[in-house]
Amino acid sequence: MTDDIRLLVDFGSTFTKVAAIDLDKVEVIATARVPSTVETDITLGLEAALKEISAKTGIKSPEKLKSMACSSAAGGLRMVCIGFVPELTSKAANHAALGAGAKVVGLYSFKLTGQEIDEIEKTAPDIILLSGGTDGGDEATIIHNAGILAKTGRKIDNIIVAGNKVTYDAIKAAFKDSGKRVIYTRNVMPEIGVLDTAPCNKEIREIFIKNIIKAKGVARAKEIVGDVIMPTPSAVLEAAKLLAEGSGGEAGYGELMVIDPGGATTDVHSVAEGIPTSGGVTMVNTLPEPYVKRTVEGNLGLKYNIDSLSEFTRGKKIPPHFREICQGFHEGKLPESQEEIDCHLLLSRLAVDVAVTQHAGRLEKIYSPTGEMLLQHGKDLTGVKTVVGTGGPIIFSANPKEIMEGALYRKDNPLVLKPKEPGFYLDEQYLLYAVGLLSQEEPQKALLLAKKYLKQI
Amino acid sequence: MKRVPTVITGTVGMDAHVIGTKVLSRALRDAGFKVVELGMQVTPEEFISVAQETKADAILMSSLYGMAELDLKDFNHKRMEAGLGDVLLYIGGNLVIGRYDPREIEPKFKALGFDRVYPPGAEPEIGIEDLKKDLKAKGKM
Repeated sequence: MTDDIRLLVDFGSTFTKVAAIDLDKVEVIATARVPSTVETDITLGLEAALKEISAKTGIKSPEKLKSMACSSAAGGLRMVCIGFVPELTSKAANHAALGAGAKVVGLYSFKLTGQEIDEIEKTAPDIILLSGGTDGGDEATIIHNAGILAKTGRKIDNIIVAGNKVTYDAIKAAFKDSGKRVIYTRNVMPEIGVLDTAPCNKEIREIFIKNIIKAKGVARAKEIVGDVIMPTPSAVLEAAKLLAEGSGGEAGYGELMVIDPGGATTDVHSVAEGIPTSGGVTMVNTLPEPYVKRTVEGNLGLKYNIDSLSEFTRGKKIPPHFREICQGFHEGKLPESQEEIDCHLLLSRLAVDVAVTQHAGRLEKIYSPTGEMLLQHGKDLTGVKTVVGTGGPIIFSANPKEIMEGALYRKDNPLVLKPKEPGFYLDEQYLLYAVGLLSQEEPQKALLLAKKYLKQI
Repeated sequence: MKRVPTVITGTVGMDAHVIGTKVLSRALRDAGFKVVELGMQVTPEEFISVAQETKADAILMSSLYGMAELDLKDFNHKRMEAGLGDVLLYIGGNLVIGRYDPREIEPKFKALGFDRVYPPGAEPEIGIEDLKKDLKAKGKM
């Protein structure tokens, strides 16, 4: 009998990656990376990648293998989130969208204005997530917002409603005859201080598989590799969760973080409770922090957003020719000379440093009748023992560890709760997405695969 | 028929100084209000859910231990989300630590969403008069 070989595919915005995994031996037998062709015909790139796999493995028709795919092509899953109060339902909706692997391209609060609606129409997101009010709480805002969303044009066609359930009948009436696809799910914040994003995540993924993939021309790949089952960031998040928690009898690494700098954004994932690690600290989160949390720094990228990233070097010592070299990266140049390599390293590390600082919680000192008190906002990640690095800038760097050390706690910024003494792992072969996809069907083998190929550095 | 307004009383956060809120509750009852008396150490969330449940017209909080500002940091946001934007909010007591000028404290608590802010030792009657005035202005009395 032949081995059980699976193909895992990631349709990225720049590259289409394929990994062929031998599940019985828990081994990567080949990987391929070819330029994405989503703008013309996505199957062209895929076929080229499969040809490469075939050449490397001797498998005659790799398209006949069992396969799973994820995609961030054609802009990824673009979502606009709307809530009532910024710190509460808007933030809860934002958590839900990010946790489902979306790119949040707009975040709105309170009653939408005409100008905001114009903006949203212009943004033309793939999905709008509409929330507002706890169950039995505020009704006016979400009903108002549903009313004006119902009057928008054809560019807005997928809406998920996840707010005050009392308003759903009124919202259904508002959307009647609007021609839009409206899905109703459980409130992302059913009561004050409670976050419930799982049902919403499920609906987002479903719309992604059923509708969005098709709209983006990714669905053509379906004939070759079956369904594209999730956005790529979601696959990475699934891998992070599996790696932290373990599966079946196989233990995981415990609480961890995954850092993923890229050309346009830097993603940070943490799978951790984030409760205070030192005594006398009180948590004051208005909304609980998600145990599996993803943040995206939209202005920290090594190519498209290099201008805003290099702004963070202000006041710091920069190497010679820094500006010209940055301009080169922006135009797509890869680091080659020693000077360029040094600049790229500095910028990558900076992206990680800033993104993890934003992601991690922080302490605030206040004075009470009983003396000094420490309040914790966000997650305490000082005790996290594992940091996994993925994404081009880390994987292809000559010194990945130095970049990842940007995630470390800093004595000169002691109130930011970044990891203090983590071990670093490198996703050398860019397999995290594959691990996340595989975890949907074969979690234990996916975990073994990750443990085998993540390299401690 | 004359409408009987419902009001909620209690001390907020970890504060256990219960005498003030008891005296106030009794005075409110004597003045004809329906009083939901929550007593001491009431969390902000509890005030919100009780107000939703009882369709309260006003919440009157006390705090003597100096931590009210911290306890109520996001209270305004939470009550908006809970659909309680129209509920009157009053607070009184030692609202910050140490000696202070009540006139300096008032804007702080108004910014936190409170309609009226009282210094320590304020007479219940003053608050009740204000309450009647504010409720009449909202057409609720």
